[in-house]
Amino acid sequence: MTEVLADTRVPLTDPRVIRAVELIWREAELLDRKEYVAWNDLYAEDGHYIVPIDPDTEDFDNTLNMIYDDARMRGMRVTRMIEGYAIAAVDAARTVRTVSRFVPASVSDDQVVVRSAQVLVAYKRGRHDLWAGEVEHRIRLSAEGADGDRITRKVVRLVDSEGAPPAAGFLL
Amino acid sequence: MTIEAQHIVADAPADLVLGDRVAGRLYTDPEIFEQEMTKIFERTWVWVAHESEVPKAGSFKMTHVGRQPVIVVRNRKGVINTLLNRCRHRGASVCEKPKGEANGFTCPYHAWSYSLDGQLRGIPYPEGYEGVMDKSGMSLRKLRTASYGGMVFATFNEDIEPLEDFLGDVKLWIDRFMKQGGGYPIKVLGKHQFKFKGNWKVQLENTTDGYHFPIVHRSWMASVDEETADMMSFMTDPECTTHALGNGHSVMQMVPEHSDLDADDGTEPLQARFDDLVAQLKSAGLDDAAVRRLVRAMHGTGFNLNLFPNVSMSAAFFRVLRPVSVDETWIEHIAIGPDGPPEVVDPVNRARLRVHEHFQGPFGFGTPDDAEGWDRVQRGAQGAPEMPIMVNRGLAREKDSPEGWPTSHVTDETGMRGAYAMWKAMMSDD
Ligand code: FES
Ligand SMILES: [Fe+2]
Repeated sequence: MTEVLADTRVPLTDPRVIRAVELIWREAELLDRKEYVAWNDLYAEDGHYIVPIDPDTEDFDNTLNMIYDDARMRGMRVTRMIEGYAIAAVDAARTVRTVSRFVPASVSDDQVVVRSAQVLVAYKRGRHDLWAGEVEHRIRLSAEGADGDRITRKVVRLVDSEGAPPAAGFLL
Repeated sequence: MTIEAQHIVADAPADLVLGDRVAGRLYTDPEIFEQEMTKIFERTWVWVAHESEVPKAGSFKMTHVGRQPVIVVRNRKGVINTLLNRCRHRGASVCEKPKGEANGFTCPYHAWSYSLDGQLRGIPYPEGYEGVMDKSGMSLRKLRTASYGGMVFATFNEDIEPLEDFLGDVKLWIDRFMKQGGGYPIKVLGKHQFKFKGNWKVQLENTTDGYHFPIVHRSWMASVDEETADMMSFMTDPECTTHALGNGHSVMQMVPEHSDLDADDGTEPLQARFDDLVAQLKSAGLDDAAVRRLVRAMHGTGFNLNLFPNVSMSAAFFRVLRPVSVDETWIEHIAIGPDGPPEVVDPVNRARLRVHEHFQGPFGFGTPDDAEGWDRVQRGAQGAPEMPIMVNRGLAREKDSPEGWPTSHVTDETGMRGAYAMWKAMMSDD
């Protein structure tokens, strides 16, 4: 059963929320370390990884996105990032990101939806670029324990999604 | 020849462009950039919109002509105008919404209000202007605006030749480009934007650079199915050519059998990746021929049509450049698709959006690698500004086509030479 949390919040100390936050932080570190194979393993086979352009849309199928990856596209993206052909990935910026301001949006025994804020600094060739965005994770909790928890959907809404970010050799 | 003899040292920017090479300073000299803004971007036709972006009366979009902010807006009569986005009172921008619909534009500072045609309609507390100023002379500045084949261009130059003359033989290629609607008109579906720290001409060259494709885009090639990769195997095919079309425009044919999408002998199989789409279109009631027309055009036309100075109609999308400073350029990758009944065009456009996302944009499998290449050009070109940038590839095999277009292999730098010849002509004009 899903609790709708307009007024009554599930506390961050709820063990289900803690599992979700731990997974989100693990994901953040894997992305900063560019361990893309391990990162992809955090996603469910039916999971989506999305960076929209339109700040309001939920209809990702019918709009242009920066990233709209199902398992197939994510797998190809991981290959691209690590195989050494992509000059943007070979010479990618170093990144450090902070994900915080967690708000449990809905919590049940099998799924947790968490909203958060992400601030990422990317450094390359003397320049620091700032990438700020709202993030929403949908995480499927496994009955087998935290090791089986998987991301079923992650949406990163950049504050400047309709502006002009630089082209990136890393992932958000 | 000694190294020194190859250097290009001159005072006048126009003298920095030779037929087969240009001085590296063209990318790095802020003085040259300032002159380009007035002598090129404020004197020629600059692409500002596709008609579908301003579909009805009151529809507008913000954009730039060179560095100057403009609004492209359709008036009540359906005419598209381009207005300088600058209040006639004390200069505030009158619009800060990237696109939308409006009845007019009201300046936020002292609320002077303008019609869709840019006429000054209302001034609050007008007594202060009695005997001082007549509203009729204080319209928003209007640029000359004209369109061809749905492509809308504007210019600050009242004396410039008509758009159709400026385009010349390009018109034929615009007609061909628009055939990718598969029998329907073309509409804009969305756009990626990104910026790079480099000169605008690095991007101008790139849209007619077939040579970089298998090197820079190896990662993208590795990720697509064999049929799509095959389409891009133009490196050694002598049938694949680039034509210089005059006025700095050029066309690069990567897939010549798709240059005219109406010329279809029916032998080419449709790509297996679109099987689901074919099934959807059939169930929407389309016959085999109509389905084939749409699906064969999924990757757009087989060429990049490069218009000097700021737009390329690249296979299945528009690539628009905006010079910001000598070492910063903003780029739009505008996705397009057929405009028609939803049950037909929605599945087609969903598939086209996914194809576009795969290559384009700040996280595409192609764009970031292009951007890395251009970044490296800007950094490297800081060294020896007098040393030439070479655009001589294929010079010895360049010949005139029957139409009279200088023509060489698709990997050759014929299009860049054409663009730089136009640059030189415009920069020498006083
Ligand atoms: S600046 Fe626009 S009304 Fe004053
Ligand atoms: Fe490219």
